[in-house]
Amino acid sequence: MLTPFFYTLREAGVPASVTEYLTLLEALQRGLANYSVNDFYFLARATLVKDEKHFDRFDKAFTHYFKGIEQSFEHLQQALPEDWLKLLAERHFTPEEMAQIEALGGWDKLMETLTQRLEEQKGRHEGGNKWIGTGGTSPFGHGGYNPEGIRIGGPGGKGKAVKVWERRDYRNLDDNVELGTRNIKVALRKLRRFAREGAADQFDIDSTISATARNAGLLDLKFQPERHNALKLLLFFDVGGSMESHVRVCEELFSAARGEFKHLEYFYFHNFIYESVWKNSRRRHGERTTLFDILRKYQPDYRVIFIGDASMSPYEIMQPGGSIEHWNEEAGAVWLQRLTQRFQRYAWLNPEPQDRWDYVQSIGIARQLLAERMYPLTLHGLDDAIRALKA
Amino acid sequence: MTSKFEGTERYVATEDLMMAVNAAVTLARPLLVKGEPGTGKTQLAEEIARSLDKPLYRWHVKSTTKAQHGLYEYDAVSRLRDSQLGDAKVHDIGNYIIPGRLWEAFRSERQAVLLIDEIDKADIEFPNDLLLELDRMEFYVHETREMIQATHRPIVIITSNNEKELPDAFLRRCFFHFIRFPDAETMTRIIGVHFPELKRELLAEALNAFYKLRDVPGLKKKPSTSELLDWLKLLLAEDIPPEALRTDDPRKSLPPLYGALLKNEQDVHLFEQLIFLQRRQSRQ
Ligand SMILES: Nc1ncnc2c1ncn2[C@@H]1O[C@H](COP(=O)(O)OP(=O)(O)OP(=O)(O)O)[C@@H](O)[C@H]1O
Ligand SMILES: [Mg+2]
Repeated sequence: MLTPFFYTLREAGVPASVTEYLTLLEALQRGLANYSVNDFYFLARATLVKDEKHFDRFDKAFTHYFKGIEQSFEHLQQALPEDWLKLLAERHFTPEEMAQIEALGGWDKLMETLTQRLEEQKGRHEGGNKWIGTGGTSPFGHGGYNPEGIRIGGPGGKGKAVKVWERRDYRNLDDNVELGTRNIKVALRKLRRFAREGAADQFDIDSTISATARNAGLLDLKFQPERHNALKLLLFFDVGGSMESHVRVCEELFSAARGEFKHLEYFYFHNFIYESVWKNSRRRHGERTTLFDILRKYQPDYRVIFIGDASMSPYEIMQPGGSIEHWNEEAGAVWLQRLTQRFQRYAWLNPEPQDRWDYVQSIGIARQLLAERMYPLTLHGLDDAIRALKA
Repeated sequence: MTSKFEGTERYVATEDLMMAVNAAVTLARPLLVKGEPGTGKTQLAEEIARSLDKPLYRWHVKSTTKAQHGLYEYDAVSRLRDSQLGDAKVHDIGNYIIPGRLWEAFRSERQAVLLIDEIDKADIEFPNDLLLELDRMEFYVHETREMIQATHRPIVIITSNNEKELPDAFLRRCFFHFIRFPDAETMTRIIGVHFPELKRELLAEALNAFYKLRDVPGLKKKPSTSELLDWLKLLLAEDIPPEALRTDDPRKSLPPLYGALLKNEQDVHLFEQLIFLQRRQSRQ
């Protein structure tokens, strides 16, 4: 059956929903992919994936799941749960089925139960068929098909022609790759949208006139969100050696979005935040701004973004005098906390691949100090950061 | 049952595109098509209508378009004027209800193809405002208390240039196809339908120059299928020989009539600088 495939996709980070899965079943039943796995691949992709940035994950999951089963593709057809499909074809559920679904706690609960049972299934290595209908007591109908049925075909990889889904044509579109020139446009779009949101309402003359006309001349005032936004942003870049290329991309990104923000200020630091930072200068011995000035000058409605790899010796964060460049009277941690206390909406973007974060002690410390608001420097991470900044 | 869509004599459809279209047609759900500008999104709807022999309704979305415009508009101004003039028409509000594209597609006697072009240009709420109408293929006209229902569920093709993300609830209801930029093989077929007589040598040199140009990093607007087709038309009109296109690196010299490929002034400037640098280096 296909349900495990559906969960393979979800585990792989393809956000397919039950609705879409049902559509796929319906499409299969209508004979849209009768002849080949190729057809099935195209159909499943068109049905379950709604964003090209997830194509690559889909391809990987597809490869993983369907390896070697092409020959036994008919099994997949036969394995479709008959009664479920019939229901779908009629496009509605009978009151009893609705009741059953409700009894399980609605669709969401149903999903959850499915996942759980699937886990159990895995644990017991393909034993039994508990989660599919035993005597019509489950909303999944009866028929006792084997949920792992389609894997029966076994690995049959001979005469390797590379499958479409094995070519990984969409690798570059995944939003978990690091921000760079390739995806900077998308990032910019995200940033601009962020900048525009939260803008105040403005009197809308055109709408007011037409609404008033409709209203037979009685005044009907209309407002619309102001085009210009009120968002203010402070950026702190780490200019330590390994950061250089990332800083360049980010500077490019933010300067392209500059016009959209009401205020946007850059500051630079080395490894960690201490009592002063450099302003508008990448030369480390240029003019310094003390953190006290920043804390005084900028109102708490400024959002703050840090961009750095947070990778250093823990002393550099925790100890007075820990900085590798100068003698700092107070520890970096203290200074960072002063910032996060004044500016409560902040996020840290980290170009280090996220799966390495757990191995770097200083990253762990920084995350604690930041109340876990550290995000990878990817499109996806940018989304999360923006969400944190809006909250 | 309608026949299958397999492209037309003027339009090359890849396998995945055919599948997406046929799924949308069979299940009567909208098809969302994304892809770089000039990769044939708009033309797709036209070709579907042509090949399945159905009338086409085009709804071109702009930044000011509202969902309501596709249903109907109430022309309050005309009515106000008519009432000033004492026109009897004024008593029937139905005279001032102007059907939109969706309504027209709904009331078509044969199943229609409805193109909602560039949906991402509209306000972020636009797709959400159409959910119910596209799901049920019906809507209510408040002014006349009338329920409009589609005689036949139209085939709905929606295009987007990715300027805005679309809401999940909307996406869940659509099939999705992303037109990947055509590889050389597909592009050769596309060129074939536009210029069946094109000489092999010219085609080979032109494609080579085209893809090399597209690969130059830093371009603001990469030339796409439509620019390539325009360029070929010019090359043919001017009778440019294939040798003139031969290049190993567009950063050394731009192909003839490059104006058709590079529409952005900054891009042209970028190339001029690159070429200037190259020349200076090779002189040293
Ligand atoms: N697969 C194809 N087969 C034949 N012609 C194609 C194909 N793809 C693109 N073209 C040609 O490219 C040109 C551009 O197509 P079209 O206007 O449909 O692109 P578009 O994706 O809608 O662009 P935009 O995003 O700018 O609106 C047309 O002349 C069309 O004939
Ligand atoms: Mg178009």
